[in-house]
Amino acid sequence: MKHMTALRNTLLVLLTITSVGRAPAAEKLVVSGVADPSQLVPVSIEGYSGEALSVLRFDLEVAGCKITGAEEAVLRISGNNGPNLVGRVTDRNRASLLAKEYTGGSLRLQAHTFADDIVALLGRQGIARTKIAFKAEQGQNSEICVADYDGHNAILVTQDHTITRDPTWVPGRRVLYYTSYKAGNPDVYVHDLQSGTRRAFARYPGMNAGAVASPDGRRVALVLSKGGSPDIYVCDADGGNLRQLTRTREDESSPCWSPDGRTICFNSKSGGRAALYLISAEGGSMRRLRTDGAINCTEPDWSPDGKTIVFTANMGGFQICTVPAGGGSVTSLVAGEDPSWASNSRTVIFTRNRVKGRGVVSLLDVPTKQTKDIQQTSGSCSQPCWAR
Amino acid sequence: MKHAKFLNLFVATLVLSLGITGCKHKPKDTTPILGRTGQVGDGSKPFPSEAGTGTKIDDAQSVKPIDTTAGGIGQNVRFDPGSMNQDPGRFAANTVYFDFDRATIKPSETSKIDDVVKYLQGNPTHAMQIEGHCDERGTEQYNLSLGERRALAVREYLVTAGIQPDRVFTISYGEARPAESGHNEAAWSKNRRGAFVLLTPK
Repeated sequence: MKHMTALRNTLLVLLTITSVGRAPAAEKLVVSGVADPSQLVPVSIEGYSGEALSVLRFDLEVAGCKITGAEEAVLRISGNNGPNLVGRVTDRNRASLLAKEYTGGSLRLQAHTFADDIVALLGRQGIARTKIAFKAEQGQNSEICVADYDGHNAILVTQDHTITRDPTWVPGRRVLYYTSYKAGNPDVYVHDLQSGTRRAFARYPGMNAGAVASPDGRRVALVLSKGGSPDIYVCDADGGNLRQLTRTREDESSPCWSPDGRTICFNSKSGGRAALYLISAEGGSMRRLRTDGAINCTEPDWSPDGKTIVFTANMGGFQICTVPAGGGSVTSLVAGEDPSWASNSRTVIFTRNRVKGRGVVSLLDVPTKQTKDIQQTSGSCSQPCWAR
Repeated sequence: MKHAKFLNLFVATLVLSLGITGCKHKPKDTTPILGRTGQVGDGSKPFPSEAGTGTKIDDAQSVKPIDTTAGGIGQNVRFDPGSMNQDPGRFAANTVYFDFDRATIKPSETSKIDDVVKYLQGNPTHAMQIEGHCDERGTEQYNLSLGERRALAVREYLVTAGIQPDRVFTISYGEARPAESGHNEAAWSKNRRGAFVLLTPK
């Protein structure tokens, strides 16, 4: 994926040269302007209004930019809404980096596409056209909601009038796993959003929850309590070959997969306190993941590039933290819980303010720690999952 | 199709508890011994019927898992809401309360569960669903598992006391169904609970 972006950048620069006839020094200047990844990249925006402007601002802030005047900006963005969105990007020396007209789709989609192109100039993978799922409280009950990553175009995909929770995406597909109490018990369902059909996936006695597909979609890890205690299990996507991975008296929860599909990271209480553990997806012994500086660790998610595990620590308040995938020192990011990585291994979606208030789903740019709340018209929302 | 054949499931549980530690994909149907169908017991004979005249201490010992580190006593039967009436009020006073972040039964709570044991021994066609709940101070997936662990702890107490495993069901709600709203220990202590829902045949 990374060399695609570089190739695209190169093509863009070449195209620009062809159309405008300037020297190709522009891209190097842009890259050197963002030497410190923890710093927000200053960009300026001119000529847009209404939704196009709000989408551009939102997408760029999520991507780790700050909107400034033209003087400070490393990238100057200009154009107009038009009948079709027209987008131009120049650097500080007025060298043209991008000049495009976006046709087709809605104005929002055109603006999201432009934002992704701008972010690509920074050598980053844009995620402005991705989808999320989350749990939306409906009084005493909850339903599963699917939306654009910024919360727009949200639709409820369940009407179970009970508790539904824990949605996760099958990688690369518009298919969700989630838990619903519709049959009077927490059961896992697999729901094809394209066909609008779903079927019960795990309806064992006791609890069925936390279902998450492997990166190739062929297996599912989940939490079942039919053995006498909530434990981690793995089975094939058709439900066959069910294998129990953990066998502890204490409770396990929230499995997630390594991107190579070989290891599962999960929470267990078996050491006395909530902590993160690793186990081979084929079975074997569980080993503790070192998280120095954080305690009461739950809800891990493994970055798609394999390098980082993000999770929730609970130390007098929930905190989003990261740790290298091999274990080690923890970096504390922002207050919040239940994080999920975007496909770019840079942005994380999470929940803040849930206890004592109304759960708000929010987006976190990990290197800069900048956050933006999604649009949320319904009440309390939580348990977001990013489609990858 | 699942049948609630409690005698043969009682036997199946016995067999399972006697040292089968592998967990390959188990067939969901068990061999019918007496051709029973339908709900818990059949209403006309004492539960579990032909295995003996009620639940003796010997029977109780034999359902204990040999390997106590294997993680508790398994469940083989799902509760079918269509076949039984649910009464959450009858044993509301016997709700079991837990310490923060713990799923162990405190000595102060055991007499309440003993009452339920006696009731179930005296009413062989009745069953019990145990709801596991948490206060709001954990994360959501963690709380769902913790709630289940609490329900299972109460279930284990009942089964160890001699109640047949397939008369006792668990359901966790995590923190989604608090008994009391409020963001203080007074409310939280009321929410960390295992609640009994009496199940009677329709």
